[in-house]
Amino acid sequence: MSQDSSSEVFDVAVIGGGVIGCAVARKFALEGARVVMLEKALDILDGASKGNSAILHTGFDAPPGSLELACIKAGYAEYLDIRERLNLPLVRAGALVLAWTEEQEAALPGLMEQARTNGITDIQPLTAAEALKLEPELAGTLRAAFRVPREHLIDPWSAPHAYLLQAIENGAVLRRDCEVLGGIYDGVAWRLETSRGGVQARLVVNAAGLYGDIVDERLTGRRDFHIKPRKGQFVVFDKTAARLTTHILLPVPSKTTKGIVVCRTAYGNLLVGPTAEEQEDRSVAELVPGALAALRRRGEEILPALAGEEVTAIYAGLRPATEYKDYRIRAHEGKAYITVGGIRSTGLSSALGVARYVQALAVKLGLPAQPLAEPVWPRLPALTDEGQRDWRAAGNAGIVCHCELVTRREVEAAMEGPLAPQTLAGLKRRTRVTMGRCQGFYCSAELAAMTRDRLAVAMTETADG
Amino acid sequence: MADSTPQSCDVAIVGGGPAGLAAAVALRKAGVASVVVLEREAQAGGIPRHCGHYPFGMREFNRVLRGPDYAARLVARALKSGVDIRTSVTVTALNPGGRLGLSTPEGAAELAAKRVLLCTGVREKSRAARLIGGEKPGGVLSTGALQGLVYLNHQKPFSRPVVLGTELVSFSALLTCRHMGIRPVAMVEPASRVTARWPTRLLPKLLRIPLLLDTGISAIHGGSKVTGVDLVTPDGGTRHIDCDGVIVTGAFLPEASLLRASHLAVDPASGGPDIDQFGRCSDPAYFAAGNLLRAVETAGWSWAEGRRAGNTIAHDLKSSLPEPREGLRLVMASDALKYAVPQRVAYPAGSPRSTTKIQLRVTRPVEGRLGLRIDGTELWSKPLSAMPERRLTVPVSMLPDGRKGTAEFFVREQAK
Repeated sequence: MSQDSSSEVFDVAVIGGGVIGCAVARKFALEGARVVMLEKALDILDGASKGNSAILHTGFDAPPGSLELACIKAGYAEYLDIRERLNLPLVRAGALVLAWTEEQEAALPGLMEQARTNGITDIQPLTAAEALKLEPELAGTLRAAFRVPREHLIDPWSAPHAYLLQAIENGAVLRRDCEVLGGIYDGVAWRLETSRGGVQARLVVNAAGLYGDIVDERLTGRRDFHIKPRKGQFVVFDKTAARLTTHILLPVPSKTTKGIVVCRTAYGNLLVGPTAEEQEDRSVAELVPGALAALRRRGEEILPALAGEEVTAIYAGLRPATEYKDYRIRAHEGKAYITVGGIRSTGLSSALGVARYVQALAVKLGLPAQPLAEPVWPRLPALTDEGQRDWRAAGNAGIVCHCELVTRREVEAAMEGPLAPQTLAGLKRRTRVTMGRCQGFYCSAELAAMTRDRLAVAMTETADG
Repeated sequence: MADSTPQSCDVAIVGGGPAGLAAAVALRKAGVASVVVLEREAQAGGIPRHCGHYPFGMREFNRVLRGPDYAARLVARALKSGVDIRTSVTVTALNPGGRLGLSTPEGAAELAAKRVLLCTGVREKSRAARLIGGEKPGGVLSTGALQGLVYLNHQKPFSRPVVLGTELVSFSALLTCRHMGIRPVAMVEPASRVTARWPTRLLPKLLRIPLLLDTGISAIHGGSKVTGVDLVTPDGGTRHIDCDGVIVTGAFLPEASLLRASHLAVDPASGGPDIDQFGRCSDPAYFAAGNLLRAVETAGWSWAEGRRAGNTIAHDLKSSLPEPREGLRLVMASDALKYAVPQRVAYPAGSPRSTTKIQLRVTRPVEGRLGLRIDGTELWSKPLSAMPERRLTVPVSMLPDGRKGTAEFFVREQAK
């Protein structure tokens, strides 16, 4: 925003532009609040939301009675409800929970019971033969399985982009490269001190993800939980691998992790991951060759035909786990402050539900809600083959990224508007450029030319300076 | 391109690099009326377009040219021959019988061709596909991306990179660096020897770049830009060196994604299409030539292959080639042998339109004898001394005419 708004008192300041922050900002904006989002990185989705498995979970395996389950179910329902208006994809894949050992087989009835307790009543137990009939490429050593028909695949980036874009188009303000350093609540409003000056807001929502406990300490002086980053590495295979399975292939979960998943992506690739590795560092998720090779091997154990497929991409993300199992969402009495913490691995599914829950907490804290009569509904560009891709349309100005069939017009459109990226990573998340099998072999030069002087971090320095 | 893409043609060529353009010219010279080259980039010419150094063109133009000049000459010759070159057109689907799905700036389109020649070339194996660890900063480039930035954009992506690999293209990357005043801090090679032939391997010494053999990259560090890499040293240890970029060179793979997504048979060993000695794919409306067949040969070799394929297709349009399924399938009966291209031979093998050589590759350095047997009977063997990165050829005439079934290539290695 060009005008100096430091004197403006916002209704809500949302700290953190991850999927949760984006959904929360949207909810408050739709409820008539004047919202400011404060993101410390150059772009949104730069922390925990950067790398996940892109599944829209039903909550069948969430802890019964948990806040996490309630938010997943509410988030799932709302996603289905709004996705067409926002032009967000949905691949109705369904999931198979696969048992490969006697021990895992013995765990299936309990998992199915848990699913039913969680209100997911359409699960179907399958013999190995039945499962292999559904997915003939599965290894023959399968012992048993059950099917969860309504586990789906979505796009991990267009969803949060759509949430924040809708917030912005309904009056919210985004400040990037804006880290919250401290703040004081004077009984009426917060005066936040940020790396880009002061911001005032009647209510603060801490959705800082991997930095949630640090932001709590900076603003409230205490930490109710400690973030214990849990790294997840992934291997993504080329699009020809996607024919190897229709379903999301889930393992029997262990106590600490949902385990290694094999599934298609909304973009038509196949991914294997994540690992679950605890670490101290909150910002760097290192890829480890041995772990990546092990993921590849695990993928080949589940789908033997994967052995002949090429790896397109590798990535690692950090989940903001805490010492607690459930989400840490709480309103701080007398402080007009809500912490949304510990959204460890289900945030993409639960975000819209979390946003509803947080908004209800805000009403209890006294923030008035006045839903917009006619909110704006932006439509996101279709990036998955389910939608009408721009390369099929007239006037697309030609393809710049051949692997992902991204057109010049799509890149130009992404470079404009209130959510224009400031980094190449941001441009990738908005358009999928360089995300394909060649990883920039063909399109780097053209992209560098197209984005010259338009990104905060340039793709290259120019030869003459 | 004023007029829109045609809806039908005699021959559609997918890919406007040396192989595709050579084929197009040969087809026109043989009297084929409508020959369309579909090139997804904004300009035809292929990879030589962004190799701004020598030597290209000896075989084709009898002189030594820089890559871009060579590419420009190929394009000019094709245009002069009456070839219809369509740039910024991406083929999105290969459908049975030569029907192609396209994406053009005007939107999706279809093109029905009597014959299709696939010349989609190669790409370098990415950092991701090599499972190199660490972070994902900017400044990790393939040679192709580097050359595009340097020669097409005149940009300098980094000034002190590490170069991974010692193939011919790796030295091409060194020349590209020199052109832009980039000084690589090291050239590293996981194997015990340099892959490229002498005298190319003298280049690091000339440019005073440390050449580290038996050394790999285990991790790349940096936030938005590369700050350094971890090297795996010959003794198995790890050593960090500072740098501001990584050039991940070579380890070429056929650019076969279109093929793999289609109905056409793929040879998992070569990564390219399953073809006969005419370059004909499993659907006889489709042919293939150039580096798509296997990684990787020079532009000149690919050009010659393309020219031959053009002549073959022109012949096929007038009078059909031998029945594709009557003949021998070539099988690798030794783990020292990686693949053979073509993968099968139709009869009569001695057709004048046939390629004259079967290209073989070994999986590791091999000394011994290479032989052929059919139904358990050894037909011949000959001395073999081969390296995995070098092509090995066997004349098609060394296959017996008229036999059907499988022919096994085998290796008898010399005791060391």
